[in-house]
Amino acid sequence: MKKSTKVVYNHHINSNIAVTYIISNKKLTLVAALGVTIGIAIFIFMNSMAKGFDKSSAAAIFKTVPHIRIYKDAQISRNLLPENYHNTIPLIINPKIVAQSPNIINPKKIIETLQQQPDVTIVTSEVNTDIFINSGKTQIRGVAMGVDIKQADKMFNISSFVVDGQLNDLEKYPNGIFIGVGLADKMSLKKGDYIQVNSSKGISKSMKILGLFQTNNSNVDKKQTYIHINTARQLLAESNDYVSDIYVNINDYDHPETYAKRFGKLTGYVAEDWKTANATLMAASNMRRIIISFISLSILIVAGFGIYNILNMTIMQKINDIAILKAMGFKGKDVVRIFVQQALLIGILGIIIGLIAATLLISRLQHVYIGGDIGYFPVHYEPTMYIRGIIFGFIVTFLSGYIPAKKAANVDPVAILRK
Amino acid sequence: MKNIILEAQTLNKYFYEPTQFQVLKDVSFKAYQGEFLTLIGKSGSGKSTLLYLLSTMDTDYTGNLWIDKEKVTGLKQDTLAQIRNEKIGFVFQFHYLLPEFSCLKNVMIPALKLGQYSYEEIEQQAYQKLKILDLQDQALKPASKLSGGQQQRVAIARALINHPKIIMGDEPTGNLDSKNTRIVFDIFKQLSVEFGQTIIAVTHDNDFAKASDRIIEMQDGMIIS
Ligand SMILES: Nc1ncnc2c1ncn2[C@@H]1O[C@H](COP(=O)(O)OP(=O)(O)O)[C@@H](O)[C@H]1O
Ligand SMILES: [Mg+2]
Repeated sequence: MKKSTKVVYNHHINSNIAVTYIISNKKLTLVAALGVTIGIAIFIFMNSMAKGFDKSSAAAIFKTVPHIRIYKDAQISRNLLPENYHNTIPLIINPKIVAQSPNIINPKKIIETLQQQPDVTIVTSEVNTDIFINSGKTQIRGVAMGVDIKQADKMFNISSFVVDGQLNDLEKYPNGIFIGVGLADKMSLKKGDYIQVNSSKGISKSMKILGLFQTNNSNVDKKQTYIHINTARQLLAESNDYVSDIYVNINDYDHPETYAKRFGKLTGYVAEDWKTANATLMAASNMRRIIISFISLSILIVAGFGIYNILNMTIMQKINDIAILKAMGFKGKDVVRIFVQQALLIGILGIIIGLIAATLLISRLQHVYIGGDIGYFPVHYEPTMYIRGIIFGFIVTFLSGYIPAKKAANVDPVAILRK
Repeated sequence: MKNIILEAQTLNKYFYEPTQFQVLKDVSFKAYQGEFLTLIGKSGSGKSTLLYLLSTMDTDYTGNLWIDKEKVTGLKQDTLAQIRNEKIGFVFQFHYLLPEFSCLKNVMIPALKLGQYSYEEIEQQAYQKLKILDLQDQALKPASKLSGGQQQRVAIARALINHPKIIMGDEPTGNLDSKNTRIVFDIFKQLSVEFGQTIIAVTHDNDFAKASDRIIEMQDGMIIS
């Protein structure tokens, strides 16, 4: 084609037309934008809430569970010969747990190695053992966590849920013990009382309650106790380098699986990440996440239908305009741009108001007290959810604008102008 | 020797709904630069259909069509759109303005699309065209607020804005009183004489046709004279 004219200016006439349509159709625009607003607000709010729930339940878990726990698994006895070994007759034996001490050999070296791994924040060793607690005539089963106090406090922030006493006192009083408020309640104990602690090895110790803690997890508060790691070794009649568990915390606690795998290989022991250790909780959280994603996306898509409908309506109303524009030399893609821009402008308006609405919702509910384990409503401003909301919002508005716009682009001007 | 600006060669067109029916039969003719052509014939003889073919909007035909020495038959839609924008001004049988824009903006739109002049220049030119058609007082009113005759004149002003080589009109004065018909005729005449623009106008107005350079008469889809 011969170019007889030089095109030098871009007057953005498509945008100009899109804006004019929006301004002259304020009511419809507002209704469509409101759909997006509600969709975006609910999407961001619900997803932030899901994340908040996950965070608060993780925080509760991390009061007692490390990101990765390394321990020695009990072994099941196996046939000495592999099955079908040279066509010999297989020997049938009863599989049973091999009597073996569950200690980790050379824990110092392993701890040092782990500390040098990238992303590892804290490594601490523990000696954990079941105990019986006697006070007067009552006897209760519990668990003694023999901890390296400084490291364990760094890892679990135990001091933050100690409600009575000083955790550091465990260093000074080797026969001191911290018990949960649930246990104290059940046995009517208080700080300063003495209790009799019996281990599975038959060793008995009189211990002084140095303080109480409260995790708000009633199971933990009723069973768990903290003692000095050396005291725990004594209860098990073990030497001073006996370690039953090595706990590791990492930076990226949300993805512990690969680290666990690596540490397992590195140490030769079982390395269990907190997600595996809390599989039921994780399943519930995944379920929650799926349901919330599903619902919030559905709401966004419904908002998209709103835009789709309103744009379809506008296009029906403007079918004459479209025919005229095409007759005057507007191309199919110009028509697409006019209506997609209209959709996007509606979308931007809806998204902006939606972001404000989501922020208001979150700021309100943050201050609602629920009580129990949860405390305040666990929802925070989650930038990733805001970004996701904006992205999904744009995708939905683009698609719901593009589909009718494409139809408009295919309008045959002759068919319209003849009438 | 006059320049040929538009040439139609054995154009044939069928409609298939409700029954198969040949609406154009071997239509061939030439239009020259600066010529003022009128197209007459009984209602239903195929004048509008032919005009839509010539305007490149309707591509469902056989035969060949050249505009400004370029064969437009078989070109892509986008290319045809560009040709319409640049070279053809069209006045429809029923005034067709964008009701949400002012008259001035309506006139400006094809030029804004073309992008050959600055916004201010285009505004100036559009205002000029409206003035010629005695509409300067209506320039800033929304198009929907004007009477039918006024709207049709605005549409004529819009057809002129890009200085097209060809101006096509399907009964462009159908809605106008004799005074305004006179104005439009004089404008067309002036455009053809002074600026060498070609006019192809369908009309039912015999006086209008007689005063033009050449009359093409159609009957049952054929050119009879
Ligand atoms: N879309 C269409 N489908 C079928 N027949 C049509 C269509 N458009 C026009 N016709 C017929 O084609 C013939 C020519 O119409 P038209 O070009 O509008 O005539 P004119 O403009 O000369 O009055 C008429 O008989 C009309 O009924
Ligand atoms: Mg007609």
